[in-house]
Amino acid sequence: MNPKRKQRLYLTVFLFLVAGGVTALLIQISGENMNMFYPPKDVVSGNAPVGERLRAGGMVMDGSVIRSTQNLGVTFVLTDHQGAEFSVRYTGILPDLFREGQGILVEGQLNNDGVLEATEVLAKHDENYMPPELMELQTAEQQQTPEPVMSAYPSSSMPLPQSSSDDS
Amino acid sequence: MIPELGNFALTLAGVLALGAAGVGLVAPRDEVMQRAAMSMVLGQWAFSFLAFAALTYAFVLDDFSVAYVANHSNSLLPWVYKVSAVWGGHEGSFLLWILIMGTWMLAFCLRSGQYPQHFTTRTIGVLSLLNLGFICFALFTSNPFLRLIPLTPADGADLNPLLQDFGLIVHPPLLYAGYVGLAIPFALAVAALLEGRVDATWARWTRTWTNMAWAFLTCGITLGSWWAYYELGWGGWWFWDPVENASFMPWLAATALVHSLSVTENRGTFKSWTLLLAITAFSFSLLGAFIVRSGVLTSVHSFAVDPERGMYILIFLALVVGGSLTLYALRATQTQVKVSYGVLSREFFMLINNVIMVVSLAVVLWGTLAPIGYEAISGGRISIGTPFFNAFFVPLGLLLLCALAFLPVLNWKRTKTEVLRSVYQAMAIAGVLGVMVWFALDPATIVVATAVALAVWVVITHIRQLVFRALRGSLPAAFIGMTLAHLGFAMGTVGIAVTATQSVESDVRMTPQSQVTLAGQQVTFTGVTNVQGPNYEAQQGIFILTDPDGRNAFELRPEKRRYLAGGNVMTEAGIKPGFFADTYISLGEPLDGGAWAVRLHYKPLVRWVWIGALLMAVGGVIAVFDKRYARQRRRVAAAQGSAATA
Repeated sequence: MNPKRKQRLYLTVFLFLVAGGVTALLIQISGENMNMFYPPKDVVSGNAPVGERLRAGGMVMDGSVIRSTQNLGVTFVLTDHQGAEFSVRYTGILPDLFREGQGILVEGQLNNDGVLEATEVLAKHDENYMPPELMELQTAEQQQTPEPVMSAYPSSSMPLPQSSSDDS
Repeated sequence: MIPELGNFALTLAGVLALGAAGVGLVAPRDEVMQRAAMSMVLGQWAFSFLAFAALTYAFVLDDFSVAYVANHSNSLLPWVYKVSAVWGGHEGSFLLWILIMGTWMLAFCLRSGQYPQHFTTRTIGVLSLLNLGFICFALFTSNPFLRLIPLTPADGADLNPLLQDFGLIVHPPLLYAGYVGLAIPFALAVAALLEGRVDATWARWTRTWTNMAWAFLTCGITLGSWWAYYELGWGGWWFWDPVENASFMPWLAATALVHSLSVTENRGTFKSWTLLLAITAFSFSLLGAFIVRSGVLTSVHSFAVDPERGMYILIFLALVVGGSLTLYALRATQTQVKVSYGVLSREFFMLINNVIMVVSLAVVLWGTLAPIGYEAISGGRISIGTPFFNAFFVPLGLLLLCALAFLPVLNWKRTKTEVLRSVYQAMAIAGVLGVMVWFALDPATIVVATAVALAVWVVITHIRQLVFRALRGSLPAAFIGMTLAHLGFAMGTVGIAVTATQSVESDVRMTPQSQVTLAGQQVTFTGVTNVQGPNYEAQQGIFILTDPDGRNAFELRPEKRRYLAGGNVMTEAGIKPGFFADTYISLGEPLDGGAWAVRLHYKPLVRWVWIGALLMAVGGVIAVFDKRYARQRRRVAAAQGSAATA
């Protein structure tokens, strides 16, 4: 093999190693920082792991929101209106559009009692937005609801993070 | 009547785009055709402008029979927002995109005196073909001029309150100017591939346009971040949201392009790599458009879900990327040159920059698309959070700072090791400073101390070389621009490192007249009053910030607004801005007994992030005014003058 070819071979091997390394790291680290989403029935049935960071969602059950009078602690129940429901505990400020009956996403860990200790509560940000995770729940629930004629507010559908930790 | 004229004007712009594309790509060497292509560019711009003006007219006159106006405006909306609401939704913002595309093309034609005519014509052809794709997209899938007749609503649904802000007026136009501006290096690359010629002159032309587009993109992203910070009400300035990522990816590619072009211009190497980056950067612009406009991801900016639009953009994207890459594969090898350089050379350090940019691009791409891929394969839903991005961007950023510190003293081709002595001296000073920072802050923040030290190192080596060059009297604009951009990067990194780790944030329950302490300041909540805005009513909290001894009182008035037309609730933060730190208060929700949930932030150096980014943009623009570009223009003008007289 002439030196020029040898050099090119080394370069190619090096590039492949770098690309492979980066890919492996990407998969590894994204695996570690991935939050799975679970609907209420998975949380209740025990499909959702205890003590791991995850996302769950559901509708806030009417009359279930209890505010602490001392601090910003709050508990509420999320339901799929089909019999599965679980409690959420959270300390902090709830999103502007957090209301009873509304679809909500929470991020946090399940404890041994089946209560979700939330670190983040995400609500839809305007009347027309539904977190995609909850879209299926919603459609299963009210299949006859007609499509909205005009979907206004095209550009505002992020669930605003209301994290109690610094989100920057 | 006016909206129909707008529709007609847009159609005409499309026809002219088709004409210019045909002429430019089929007969670039025919002189009559060259002139025709030029005038058709003017026509595309003029008719896009008319279409845009027609839509603006409909907004200003509250013509709610136009569906787009009815969905995005309201008679109560202040007039400034009626005008900016033109680009407040999908259809109108795409019309703005087309207008900006036309403006770039027109600017390109006006400055094209320096290029050979057939090359200009070919580039115009490529640009017009792209513009044709955009105009067809607007006309067939997202026409802003559609009427709601006879079901004309009495009033409009109102513009999203988040968008009723100064941010909406400036952020999209600047961002689009960046996105669309990248079409010019793309078209120049495709034209160069068609001609089979890439040389230093080509790189010089392309650099000017790339720098301008890159500077616009930088400003656009920065403004978006600042807007999110003060308007979303929760004090974050970057969420790794898919749409932010969509603008960040072309930026990373364009940053790599800016650097690789400099090597191609000065040393005639990296040619095929530069061409590939020019194609990549614009492709990521289009991918960004796809992500934002197809509804494939849901985020703060996503326009309404519409599979037809998504499909159109996806096909367009596939054609553009596929076509240009095929051309690249067929032609790029013809442009190869062998140039050698050592490790201690600018070339090598530009290579480091490019590798870091490309790896960052891969990380962002993965983090953005992995959730979609996962859902497509397994049906489950996942989200990838900030820790994933931090795990990559912290080490990559530090590595980039290290490389940057060496750059000012390096020559092209090779550098004597003795020159590095000053770099090591600077490193020693920065190191001492870093240790001091480490002790001053919490000991756990070694990464922050490292970032600060490295940034200081970069600043010292750059300033030293700047002074050195100024004393020698050789201080070209390109060098000033580069220095400014790199100082901006250092400043931004310090801002990010400090604000991300040293911020204080607390959610508290406050009753009127109660006090809390926030990072050495007293915060007194005096109560809430009701205020009436032009199209909303608000509860306004009044907070007094003072030093611990009660001096330097500063009043903050965060609001909880309810917009009358849509009933949307919005949190408007109260911010005490400062060069060294912001104090940021937002109202949560009312609790029992007149108490409120209140979020308090103390964010040190948060403004450095944006100031740093703006410095980068300014640096990029200054570099364009380097004498050698002006010299080149004069030379070409002189050559043409003598040719005309001969």
